[in-house]
Amino acid sequence: MGKTLAEKILSSHAGHDVSAGEIAIAHVDLCLFQDGTGPLAIRQLEKLGVEKLANPDRVVFFLDHSAPSSRKELSNDHKFIRDFCKKTGARLSEVGKGICHVVINEDYVVPGEILIGADSHTCTGGALGCFSTGMGSTDVAIGAAYGKSWFRVPESFKVYVTGKFQPGVFPKDLILHLIGTIGADGATYKSLEFCGPTIDKMDMSARFTLSNMAVEAGAKAGLIASDETTKRYLESRGREDKWIPLKADDDAEYERVIEIDVSTLAPTVSYPHTVDNTHTIDEAAGIKIDQVFLGTCTNSRTEDWEVVAKIVKGKTIAPGMRFVAIPGSVEVMKDVMDLGYYKTLVEFGAVMVPPGCGPCVGIHGGIPADGEVSLTTMNRNFHGRMGNPNAEIYLGSPAVIAATAIEGVIADPRKYVKELKTIGKPQIVDTMALKAVAQSAQKTIERVASDTATVLGPKAKEASDTVEKVARKATEQYGPKVRKAAEDFEKTLTRLASDTTKAIKDMLSSKPPKNTTKKTNTKNIAKKKTEKKKAVKKKITKKKAAKKAVKKKAVKKAAKKSVKKTVKRTGRK
Amino acid sequence: MLEGKAWKFGDDISTDHIAPGRYFHLRSDLPELAKHVLEDADPEFASRMSPGDFVVGGNNFGLGSSREHAPTIIHLAGVSAVLAKSFARIFFRNSINVGLPVLICDTDQIEAGDALEVDLETGKIKDLTNGKELEFKPLPPTMIKILNDGGLVSHIKKHGDFKLD
Repeated sequence: MGKTLAEKILSSHAGHDVSAGEIAIAHVDLCLFQDGTGPLAIRQLEKLGVEKLANPDRVVFFLDHSAPSSRKELSNDHKFIRDFCKKTGARLSEVGKGICHVVINEDYVVPGEILIGADSHTCTGGALGCFSTGMGSTDVAIGAAYGKSWFRVPESFKVYVTGKFQPGVFPKDLILHLIGTIGADGATYKSLEFCGPTIDKMDMSARFTLSNMAVEAGAKAGLIASDETTKRYLESRGREDKWIPLKADDDAEYERVIEIDVSTLAPTVSYPHTVDNTHTIDEAAGIKIDQVFLGTCTNSRTEDWEVVAKIVKGKTIAPGMRFVAIPGSVEVMKDVMDLGYYKTLVEFGAVMVPPGCGPCVGIHGGIPADGEVSLTTMNRNFHGRMGNPNAEIYLGSPAVIAATAIEGVIADPRKYVKELKTIGKPQIVDTMALKAVAQSAQKTIERVASDTATVLGPKAKEASDTVEKVARKATEQYGPKVRKAAEDFEKTLTRLASDTTKAIKDMLSSKPPKNTTKKTNTKNIAKKKTEKKKAVKKKITKKKAAKKAVKKKAVKKAAKKSVKKTVKRTGRK
Repeated sequence: MLEGKAWKFGDDISTDHIAPGRYFHLRSDLPELAKHVLEDADPEFASRMSPGDFVVGGNNFGLGSSREHAPTIIHLAGVSAVLAKSFARIFFRNSINVGLPVLICDTDQIEAGDALEVDLETGKIKDLTNGKELEFKPLPPTMIKILNDGGLVSHIKKHGDFKLD
């Protein structure tokens, strides 16, 4: 039997083959601590009398949760950590260097290895094909001291992703949607393996976003194969010698397979106070927001800044809106300065906070007031997360927070993608997909128009003209405007349906009309129509019934009955 | 035998509810942090609970951050065990490491304020108020070994290494 990524890595580190469900004591390559969990870990090591770490070069303490320190107690914790690093030779990532999960992936994480970290979002490293998982201070302290830990080899869920994201829709929307679908405990104890053609094409920044949030579904790890993209990323960080190819066996056993086609995914927002409380942007649009926040280990990389900068460039922040922006690391900060994004955001009205966790920890950098509502790129919206239990937090992609900062209420970023296109970001504008949608929409519209004309005769002439106009519009102006065209189409159909009912009623109250429709034709039309999308289907059902009613020309009574039936079935007149 | 009163909480009690981030500066002063235990789920819990009482949650208790401070301050406050329908992974593991019993059972059968009796040996929970008897799911053998040694630090101290076989 083949192995999953988790089984492969844990087997290679346990010294023998292990499978899901088994307990393995495995060698750990890398240990992570931050300023909130480090001091407790050091005290546990003191209790154990440990003075030497198994491999101090691969034990890293990050000062990022309160950076720079906001209180004397935390300054003392920082000092305590600095002293320990000095004494043991453990690595120190100073205040201002960045968020542990951003920096560790830039500089330390290696495919095929095991990273344990005293921070739940350690799972971010899974994007590089490293078995990375969060544990408590004590577990990671023991790992740092002895170079090993115990693991229950997790069962794996395969998350197979296909399709191209619509412009304005991003991997953050995908992971929020997945968590909303399987639940905040949907993958507890499991390892998520993200794969499929869409993942293969994703850059590392997007992969980090996915792996980062695996824990929000309860997962132990969020793993992605190590491939050419991984290699290029390591090269860009001067660590190409650390690359190895690694993927799950084709015949690996998965407890569950979840397939997601992202081409139909909409921007997604998590409502307070759980991550799985997800809604599409259509539902969320219009909610008043006091503060947006771009940052955290989920979305604080150069690519995230790029999306935001391109949407807000040259625009003005909504009156009364506050915008906190935090680069994930000093490397990201230098990048976004070089690329001009930093300046764009400053000019737009964002307030810059130095690299670190910022308000996501709830101690500094933008704590909301009582009753205020924030929309952030964070991974958690728990009660009190940003430091005020009387405030609310919504989660979304960088694009959603950018659109929201402009409008002052939660807004759909898709309306801004045309501007992204003109600036030239090919991977987020896909005209081919839209053209296909437009063509298919045109065919549907034309067929419905012709059917309507056949059935209703002159009465439908006006409606049919409108539909044809919409069809032309959709073809000529494919792109984001297809949506608008489809909406017009919907409206037309709704009007058509109500006109049909009215026409039949009028006919019934005067005299029975002649049936001019051939039976075979009607059947054929009906068959085709059932293949249409749900919204269209509803109205078509009405028309089909209407036709039946018309056909029973001689018997006025029977026709009446049929109309009643129609009303019953569709629930409306 | 553990005895105490049930303090009932809902689903998805996060480590932010248990050890709020705004008390981050108290993480090196655990007795002080313990005064705020579960504050964002029930602001009166810390001041009104008695040592020996039980925290009774719903699904996915302890989700969120890896902060070991969360189970540590529940333990420090004198809670004798946490009962829930399910636990988040890191919280569950941390609880065992700090010696706090975490028991999986059907907590719908328990009402707030019920007097409970829990026998860790037999796996039985008795609700003295409504007379119901429940069973909790036994812990994995690896975790029983660590818990019996008094947590992970004591386990390592005792054996000089992992001794989980």
